[in-house]
Amino acid sequence: MAIATATLRELYEQMLLIRAFETEAERQYKAAHIGGYCHLSSGQEAATVGATHALDAGDLLVTGYRCHGFALARGVPAEAVMAELFGRVDGCAHGRGGSMHLLDVARGYYGGWGIVAGQLPIATGLALGLVRQGRPQAVLCELGDGAINMGAWHESLNLAAVWRLPVVFLVMNNEYGMGTSVERASAVTDLYRRAAAYDLPAERVDGDDLLAVAQAAATMLSGAREDRRAAVLELVTYRYRGHSVADAGLAYRTRGEIDEHIQRDPIFRVHSLLAQEGLPDSELDGLLAIAEESVHDAVEAALASPPPEISTLANGMYSPGSAAQFARMLLGAPFGERELVFAGGLGE
Amino acid sequence: MSTTETPPRVERPGAGSEGFATMTYREALRLAMREEMLRDERVFVMGEEVGVFDGAYKVTAGLLGEFGAERVRDTPISEEGFVGAGVGAAMLGERPIVEIMTINFLLVAMDQVINHAAKIGAMFGGEARCPLVIRTPNGAGNQLTAQHSQSFEGWFASTPGLKVLAPASPADAKGLLKAAIRDDDPVLVVENLAIYKERGEVPLDPDFVTPIGLANVARVGTDITLVAHSYATVRALHVAERLQRDHGISAEVVDLRSLRPLDVETVAASVAKTSRAVCVEEGWPTYGVSAELAARIQYACFDDLDAPVERVGMAEVPMPYAKELENAALPNEQRIEAAVLATLGRSA
Repeated sequence: MAIATATLRELYEQMLLIRAFETEAERQYKAAHIGGYCHLSSGQEAATVGATHALDAGDLLVTGYRCHGFALARGVPAEAVMAELFGRVDGCAHGRGGSMHLLDVARGYYGGWGIVAGQLPIATGLALGLVRQGRPQAVLCELGDGAINMGAWHESLNLAAVWRLPVVFLVMNNEYGMGTSVERASAVTDLYRRAAAYDLPAERVDGDDLLAVAQAAATMLSGAREDRRAAVLELVTYRYRGHSVADAGLAYRTRGEIDEHIQRDPIFRVHSLLAQEGLPDSELDGLLAIAEESVHDAVEAALASPPPEISTLANGMYSPGSAAQFARMLLGAPFGERELVFAGGLGE
Repeated sequence: MSTTETPPRVERPGAGSEGFATMTYREALRLAMREEMLRDERVFVMGEEVGVFDGAYKVTAGLLGEFGAERVRDTPISEEGFVGAGVGAAMLGERPIVEIMTINFLLVAMDQVINHAAKIGAMFGGEARCPLVIRTPNGAGNQLTAQHSQSFEGWFASTPGLKVLAPASPADAKGLLKAAIRDDDPVLVVENLAIYKERGEVPLDPDFVTPIGLANVARVGTDITLVAHSYATVRALHVAERLQRDHGISAEVVDLRSLRPLDVETVAASVAKTSRAVCVEEGWPTYGVSAELAARIQYACFDDLDAPVERVGMAEVPMPYAKELENAALPNEQRIEAAVLATLGRSA
């Protein structure tokens, strides 16, 4: 894919930012600043950045729960992502969603979703919404290799095909659904071939090759935008860390296997490309320091952001005006409900 | 107990200049959808057999001809897929009305309803909304047997983030469905197979809506309160007439209309007056709507009660096929009447 050096450099910077962010997130998790589940994507940067780069400004993005990288690649400020992981009011979901439920509607990012494959029907619905609104745009729906064994995969691909919806399903095949390898989970291990059941175009690409990913995603997204043709793009990649921070990632794979992948690191591959383009090592090394500085600033911003007020416990749950509908439900409500849930005014 | 305002009495909704027409519950639902589709381009209907087939229960009859296949959209048998598509379209600002043929089939889409639609407002910190309507009938009584004779509305009503409405009359079918379509949150409208054919006066004013969260005193009485929703309200009203005629008992009937929010104030005001309550529902009472009502009533009316709160619901068995067994399992009028007489300490 023809890609300007300046653009390639920007994508490289995004990849560095994601790697630095994930590395720091793990550190902050272990320092107990981040709780819950925390799924890191180190090793998947080329797939994440290449696919997201293929989106137009008006396109929509939906992901599963391994979503820090996608949020950053889509332009969500690192401060807003880190603050969300910290459960602070300045997080992109104001401390209500955490690591798995990042979003930024203004940037067309309709969520990190936490139930495997649950985001697929929603992505088809967003695509239906685009069609109904006459918008010539497309939805990119990220999922993991584990999601394609869910019924929602079948139902969503079928609906997208029958209704000709502009949605590209991006299968991040990192070889393991949690600790279960693709070979042990899927009757067909060339996952993209499962799209044939719905007569959808599909392709498997080296997900650690940034330019190949960007090219394939751009082609499929164009088809979705211009011909309302849904498609499946399988990106073969690898996650260096465990399923989540709580998983050492060694019960189902060997240290040697991980190291083998690290030898072919996608970030280093782009580094080589840029060096070939004539960017000096000193400049490239400086970019890593800048990324680390950005992440450091994000941590500072997250620490400075306050936790949500208890009085806002129910905020957002219902739309504005709903408190009046619920006013007559206060009588006999469970102990503390009036103070905890209703005092803050529900959606007000 | 305390109330914030005078509870509503038997009401005849505002007619406007258009007046009233007598129509069935099914026709009232259709009129609501038609009016809202004319009023708002964003409103569209999808579900199994809603278009070419005219609706499995003919609720959407004629809408395809008037509005076309883009707005009256037949789906494959794929509830998780198209309920999720409704969620996604709603997130993009559309106003989908998703018809589920019967509430029994909503179970295969439970993940989209409970774990997706209901979570959006709160989990994303109010940054995204889901103005989705799901319409579906509950009920039993036509020998449809165990898998097709259920009333699960209590399950949904126990979920924060959802609103659950259950009209019992044609006027409320129109008014509540319109309120649901105009609401900015996910709303489940529970219809009922047996009431589809019931006739009643319906306001023709296109601006008439029934407020969400307001119960209706469907019959004024002094001796005992029957609390019900959906078809149980129809049964309760029949029983109340018979109690008056055969026993000189004056029963008040409170039709909940809305389960979440629940108008406890109207219920409590009635029970404070009559000192006795029988809660009736089509579903299983254990952990059910009537269980919630009993908890609320004992709290709100502790000093007013002259008898324990009684409950009548479906017998706690999977519905059998044989007509005699099915009749026995339903919360039929004989069982309701017997419960009222027992609560009043009277013999049949």
